[in-house]
Amino acid sequence: MTMKSSTRQVDGVTIVDLSGRITLGEGSTMLRDIVRDMIAKGNKKILLNLGDVTYIDSSGIGELVSAFTTVRNGGGELKLLNLTKKVHDLLQITKLYTVFDIKDDEAAAIQSFNK
Amino acid sequence: MTAKRVVLKLDSTLDSVNEVERKASELASESGLDEDEVQRIEMAVREAAVNAVYHGNAYDPNKKMTFSMERTPESLVITVSDEGKGLEEAQIPDPLSPENLLKPSGRGIFLIRSFMDEVRIRKLDPGTEITLIKHVRGEGAGKEESK
Repeated sequence: MTMKSSTRQVDGVTIVDLSGRITLGEGSTMLRDIVRDMIAKGNKKILLNLGDVTYIDSSGIGELVSAFTTVRNGGGELKLLNLTKKVHDLLQITKLYTVFDIKDDEAAAIQSFNK
Repeated sequence: MTAKRVVLKLDSTLDSVNEVERKASELASESGLDEDEVQRIEMAVREAAVNAVYHGNAYDPNKKMTFSMERTPESLVITVSDEGKGLEEAQIPDPLSPENLLKPSGRGIFLIRSFMDEVRIRKLDPGTEITLIKHVRGEGAGKEESK
């Protein structure tokens, strides 16, 4: 299953619901395009909902890191929502768990942008 | 459990990466490993295959990736080799060091090492061969023994 995405706006926060696989040549390219598009549109509060992401490889992890640094360098914030155990474990062993702002409740995540 | 060996010689494409990932998953499942272990092997094999076709062979249609997987009663031994310019093990950066933490690449070998019991990297002429080993506990490893 390749990656699918849909975007919604809640209280000024752009939420991207991702599902499927974020891997080299499939999801990772799509994720890059989504983030670039958002930055071009001036969206600076981005919440990536990874709740339905079934698989992520090192390219996918790299793309999340790129998205994070690109948004931050543009003066915005990118946070992650609803990690599956698999993705959680991967971010933990790669020490990225402490780099990303990770949330497990959507309403609280949206609030956290407005502080 | 009888020994079983599969060898595939494939084009340097992402389809080949998906194919070896599927094959590794299939053989690992047959070995009686639990689902988490199967997924770790699947992921390690995918990383090795991506290294081979992308970093090693650079999607060159004239260069092949070779995948082999052997199941013995004690272990699963997987090798993935490419025909690229070769990987210097000593030059692989540590993705956990602060200066590398936010780099977009360089985590593949680290993940392979995290998920497998033994990993060996050998330079070929030309190319690189990586051997991944997972120890299994014999028949029904990872499953409850029947009484």
